[in-house]
Amino acid sequence: MPSLWMTLTVIIYLFAIGFLGYRGFRSTHTASDYMVAGRRIHPYVMAMSYGATFISTSAIVGFGGAAGVFGMGLLWLTFLNIFLGIFVAFVAFGGRTRVMGLRLDAHTFPELLGRRYKSRFLQGAAAVIIFVFMPLYASAVLIGAAKYLGAQLGIPYETALFIFSAIIALYVIMGGIKGVMYTDALQGTIMLLGMIILIVLTYKSLGGISASHRELSSLASMVPEKLAKGGHLGWTAMPKFGSPLWWTLVSTIVMGVGIGVLAMPQLAVRYMTVKSNKELNRAVPVGGVFILVMTGVAFVVGALTNVYFFRTVGKISIAAAAGDVEAIIPMYIKQAMPAWFSILFMLTLLSAAMSTLSSQFHAMGTSFGRDLVEQAIRKGKGVGGVLATRLGVLIGILVSVWLGYELEKQFGKEGIAIVARGTAIFFGLCACAFLPMYVGALWTRAVTKAGAIAGMLSGAFASLLWMLFVHEKESTALLLCNKLFGVRSLAIRMVEGPEAGQMVEQFIKHGKIIWAFVDPLIIGLPLAIVVTVVVSLLTRKFSEEHLQRCFGAPPKAV
Amino acid sequence: MLLGIEDPWVWLAYVLCIASALLCVVWGFLRWNREDAVEEPEAEIRHWAEEEDKVEEEL
Repeated sequence: MPSLWMTLTVIIYLFAIGFLGYRGFRSTHTASDYMVAGRRIHPYVMAMSYGATFISTSAIVGFGGAAGVFGMGLLWLTFLNIFLGIFVAFVAFGGRTRVMGLRLDAHTFPELLGRRYKSRFLQGAAAVIIFVFMPLYASAVLIGAAKYLGAQLGIPYETALFIFSAIIALYVIMGGIKGVMYTDALQGTIMLLGMIILIVLTYKSLGGISASHRELSSLASMVPEKLAKGGHLGWTAMPKFGSPLWWTLVSTIVMGVGIGVLAMPQLAVRYMTVKSNKELNRAVPVGGVFILVMTGVAFVVGALTNVYFFRTVGKISIAAAAGDVEAIIPMYIKQAMPAWFSILFMLTLLSAAMSTLSSQFHAMGTSFGRDLVEQAIRKGKGVGGVLATRLGVLIGILVSVWLGYELEKQFGKEGIAIVARGTAIFFGLCACAFLPMYVGALWTRAVTKAGAIAGMLSGAFASLLWMLFVHEKESTALLLCNKLFGVRSLAIRMVEGPEAGQMVEQFIKHGKIIWAFVDPLIIGLPLAIVVTVVVSLLTRKFSEEHLQRCFGAPPKAV
Repeated sequence: MLLGIEDPWVWLAYVLCIASALLCVVWGFLRWNREDAVEEPEAEIRHWAEEEDKVEEEL
């Protein structure tokens, strides 16, 4: 039974956040205030807001649980998150995005790309990708939060989903979106505190850093047969090179999510809201430490839950959680941590979900209103964006909630499996569709309009087709491949089994490559890069005048 | 066995996580007061900020 304290704390927290969003900050802290009146967004606020948006419940509960299965190899994702997602993103992408956004008067990610490449089609198409696929990502975050909320407060999942969605909707409508970087920063601070306590208590209760790692290493013999067959070599070792688990860990979890973050629309817009590049530089230390404490702690603790569950119930985590990966972290918190920590962790997760969701809905709303309706459909004539933008937010929220509710009702576990892939699908798609032309937009004058469009379309379609028909995790969940071809992935062959008349699956391999486990990013991103380069070489370049508008005048020769 | 972790690829990841966070800290503090080489014109900033307020207002 949930304690009265927990329910009370959650209610007070939600009111406090809602109040902050509504009252203090929206009315007095507009972009003009910051940029023109000389007020500055404190770098701590900027970095925490970016970090809190970046890290959702699925990063902590979902990927933390995955670390309970795969082990500490997931720390490669943390490394990429810090190095690419913070250092390279802020230092290399941030400054250039900010300056170009200012020169081109761009306020959304599709708008930046559309103006840089002088293409309303590009702006509209990028907006469609965001508007159509982001609800899947938002739904994954909603479901994660609703599941945790439901379990902790002892209410059914559906009730938790509706209550939480209603609160989010209210929060967004009351103005708790991008303008309120301060609420994000408060939420980020709660997250930081929660995760620091979690790692300290975990290492302390398991006997220290090296001792607990050693004990985890010694559990390697406990790896279940099915995982061992897939290449699992223990929780402090990488899976066997070229095995199905290795491909999943390295190509999907580490590279798919780690690289995808560079081209996330809702994160890229944040660079534009600071006054100068100095603020971006100052935000780097806060962001780096924040991500280390978020995903680093989630993955280390996720792996170490195996030691805890083995000590207490004699089982490894995934067995203790009865096969439910997402249940590992919540179970561990409930059983191993003191009661007061459960309350703090609950706030940590609510904060993680709210800050991510609010910026997702912001991105969906502006994509629909400003990019799609105002620019691509009305060709920039007339405004009318207000209604469309608000409609976009509303549709985004409704579709995300509907996905979380209806898919499970309609398809049961398989429905949830589709949404559970939401984060990975969205990250992969963004990387393939946007990354080559985003890099091209910021660093080179050679990418042409046709090159950018061709690269975006080929990247998006390649990764979508790969998900629908080849990458086993998505193609199985999305069911289309099975309906059309009678097999859950085209990279799986049905061959005769050991018994007469029995057919078994065989994965198609070339050397170390098992195609069904190769992430869409590994196929889509290189293809998009090649197409962008080749088409750009063959088509007409932008005029010097336009390039000067984007990049500024070249420095005078001395 | 470093830090109780057997596989060098895993402890390398563990160490790199901390090292990259340290890199972020050092970088940020070294550049704490460095100004931009070229400041954007005030008019451009003003225009951008006003447009941004309009976008926020639409929500």
